[in-house]
Amino acid sequence: MSTAVDIKEKVTEEIDLSKVDALIEPFIGKKEMIIPALQKVQDHFGYLPRPAVEQVSKRMRTPLSRLYGVATFYAQFKMKPRGRYIIRVCKGTACHIQGSPKIAERIEDILGLESGETTDDLRFTLEEVACIGACALAPVIMINDDPHGRLTPDKIKDILDGYK
Amino acid sequence: MSVINLTIDGKEVEVAQGTTIFEAARQLGIDIPTFCYDPELAPNGACRICVVEVENARTLAASCVAPAGSGMVVHTQSERVIKARRAVLTLLVANHPLDCITCEKTGECKLQDYCYQYGVSDSDFGGEVKELPDDDSNDFFVRDMNKCILCGICVGKCQDVIGAGAIDFTRRGFVANVGPAFEDAIEDSTCVFCGLCIDSCPVGALTPRYSLGKGRPWEVEKKKAVCPYCSIGCNINLHVKNNEVIGVSPFETNLVNRDQLCFKGKFGWDYLKSEDRLTKPLIKSNGVFIEVSWEEALGYAADNINAVKDCYGSDAIMGLCSPKVTNEESYLFQKLMRSLGTNNVDSFTRHCHAPAVDGMMKAFGSAAITNSIEEISKTGAVLVITADPAESHPIISYRIREAVRKGAQLIVANPEPIGLTDLAHYYLPLNEGSAVALINAMANIIIEEDLQDQAFIDKRTEGFAVFKSAVAKYKAEHAAKVTGIEEKELRSAARAYAAAEKAVIISTADTHYSETGGGLVLALANLALLTGNLGKESSGLYLPYGENNLQGVSDMGALPSVLSGYQHLKEKAVRDKFSRSWKTEISERRGLSAAEIFDQEKFSQIKAMYVLDENPVSCLGGKDSEIAYFLGNLDFLIVQDIFMTETAALADVILPAAAFAEQQGTYTNTERRVQLTQQAVNPPGEAFPGWAVIAELAGWLGFEWFYECPGDVFEEMALLTPQYAGISYERLAVESIQWPCPAKEHPGTAVLYEGRFSRGLGLFTSVDHEKAAEPGSETASIFKVYDHACQCQSASMSKRSVIANFIKPARGD
Repeated sequence: MSTAVDIKEKVTEEIDLSKVDALIEPFIGKKEMIIPALQKVQDHFGYLPRPAVEQVSKRMRTPLSRLYGVATFYAQFKMKPRGRYIIRVCKGTACHIQGSPKIAERIEDILGLESGETTDDLRFTLEEVACIGACALAPVIMINDDPHGRLTPDKIKDILDGYK
Repeated sequence: MSVINLTIDGKEVEVAQGTTIFEAARQLGIDIPTFCYDPELAPNGACRICVVEVENARTLAASCVAPAGSGMVVHTQSERVIKARRAVLTLLVANHPLDCITCEKTGECKLQDYCYQYGVSDSDFGGEVKELPDDDSNDFFVRDMNKCILCGICVGKCQDVIGAGAIDFTRRGFVANVGPAFEDAIEDSTCVFCGLCIDSCPVGALTPRYSLGKGRPWEVEKKKAVCPYCSIGCNINLHVKNNEVIGVSPFETNLVNRDQLCFKGKFGWDYLKSEDRLTKPLIKSNGVFIEVSWEEALGYAADNINAVKDCYGSDAIMGLCSPKVTNEESYLFQKLMRSLGTNNVDSFTRHCHAPAVDGMMKAFGSAAITNSIEEISKTGAVLVITADPAESHPIISYRIREAVRKGAQLIVANPEPIGLTDLAHYYLPLNEGSAVALINAMANIIIEEDLQDQAFIDKRTEGFAVFKSAVAKYKAEHAAKVTGIEEKELRSAARAYAAAEKAVIISTADTHYSETGGGLVLALANLALLTGNLGKESSGLYLPYGENNLQGVSDMGALPSVLSGYQHLKEKAVRDKFSRSWKTEISERRGLSAAEIFDQEKFSQIKAMYVLDENPVSCLGGKDSEIAYFLGNLDFLIVQDIFMTETAALADVILPAAAFAEQQGTYTNTERRVQLTQQAVNPPGEAFPGWAVIAELAGWLGFEWFYECPGDVFEEMALLTPQYAGISYERLAVESIQWPCPAKEHPGTAVLYEGRFSRGLGLFTSVDHEKAAEPGSETASIFKVYDHACQCQSASMSKRSVIANFIKPARGD
């Protein structure tokens, strides 16, 4: 837990809110546009930092609880900082049969985190996804926009080393 | 509107189109179970316990969201329905702690009741259960979200009805929950502790601290009372067990607060049990208070009053009456003063509302809120100016929110953002002291654009021509410089107000003296007259008082120049009427007003004072203040109160009184609604109901008064007071009545000035914003009183309550 808190505090200090107002300007006065406004903020920060959501709440005159409720309902919104590289491990049927659990396990071992978590150095975030639509390559992972297919656990370390 | 006929459980019913099956069934008296339905909220169809079977429909319908259809045949108790409801309950119980033995909700828990009804005692669905820690971060209530069934009523109330926006649904699926943003504790959220979530929770997720372990619902007797804090006068149930109040809930059906309260009403009554309560009569001897018997205290008080009267005359005696006491108490108090031969009776606190009273008297001929609070929810536009109803009169802010939900336009004009700003269509952050300029400019825009109600102006008002030319100089572009509001914005706001068929203006009285004097009240009256927003439903001018019974105490004649019902001392017929009834001579001389106490010369005439529940020493500067010096140097000071206040400390004799829950009586709220409050518990020690203390003292002074109960006092008052003539305890036991109510058959008056103003025609008065800011014709000393009295009601109740740390400097504490 202490790691997560450290990250949160570290990041909170660095949040630069100067762009938030401009990002959400088109949505001011339109309470039905909460989702696009949060998307813009997330695009900018990579996640939804609390101070930024508080700023949105103030500017859009919408309770913080409502924004938080929307943000935590939709999987697309991230409440924690994310790594520079997002690893998506496919958990679709084909990948599962071809051994994706072992792939995920190896990534977890190497990076010391579980699915949904981010490394302390904000390098990697590990996520599981239902199917990325590349069953022919099973088992497959994506790192940001790069697919890596026909994996075995032993190939993982070299692949990760390629992302600094 | 077209109607629909359908059959529910073999009975035919006709309903309006758009009615849900659930509501249609209710019309037939068929009770369909529900967790998530609330009449104030849009149905969310969350809980599914209300499913019914509609013939020829493929699936069961959630009756709370399914509209009734023509020719529908509905079964609410079929085998299929019961099976489905059981399934819902079984699923809920699978993830709900079954600790009913210790749960505070046992006995009034809907989940428990329905499980009993449908025979569900356990669940076959094993698996994960919620294990969330309690949130006991705040002083008011504990949240155990493991018990939450996600019905969403608390979310709807918090977001829409109250507007606090403290809680919402968070996350989804199994981990879905209700709570503040970022999983904060309630204490750290925007919660206003109104308690609505607690009172509407169908299960035991939310428990007020005060009732933890205090008693089971079936052991509690609920006594109806009226909240003693602000001038809305919310109807409450006092939960009583063993002569102790252990809880408060809103009184279910009433026209004032419906099922709503604010934090003061919900949590602020624990001062009843404060250790500071006065429990015995006290006499000061050599600077120290000694406990004495009632006979001794009253005899001592009577002897000293008589001595002062004999030595200096009647006008050396003065009474100060708190706006928090009952009508009966204040009526008898002013009767006592007048029986002693003086009209020296007044209240300090009322002076901060004097500008509102003066302004309305001038414009309309009488001074009271023109319409009722409930009507706000049905209006088309709301102008809130220099006020923060969410803080001062929460129920009014709830009604404004409802109006906006129904489509009303909301204009908020206040230097700082207020609790309603988030909802406002037009937020005008005007410069301090520029309210009159703003209103004048709005009036000018309305006239320029020909948006005024000319028919109303022609028929019902006078002074329009002069007014029109006076406001012509408030051109929007010039006003922008004074008010800081851009012309475009101001123009839109003025149009929104004028365009609505019905519009209300809301402003709290304590702002009138401080910035713009009574001028703002007149400017607001002009605006309402200009647009014909008077004398009809859901329109008018709302300048709500601060204290719970300021309206009633004024109505009762605890004022230096008028008797009850504002009947003027100057009129012989009035004096004669009261003389005959009271069997005493009524003095013609206008009494000393509380403000005049600061006039050394006038005050030096006063030798004895009877202070009823007021605490001027605290309000007006503390023990080293001028007022403390005056009171300390009186020949004789009687203080009747529920606490040992800073003022009581200066007294020669202290008479311990009963608090609101400890006596029967009536209060008149700020919309002129007379309401009966019942005794729920006994006063502590030898404390005694205030009206009875005054009546006893009158006996010791040699007056022959015969009252067995407060009802007798009310009956006498009603006979002498035209506005109250048709009101009686018998009627008040079943309904509350708004005066004027001239006869027994009269239903009371929600809307004033239908057809006629008290002064005949409504009067336009030109107000210049620069002059308005200067003190009016009244003496500077009155402003001295305004300055202080409006700061506080000395908070003698709230500072002895759990709410003390939460309360902001607001009205009527």
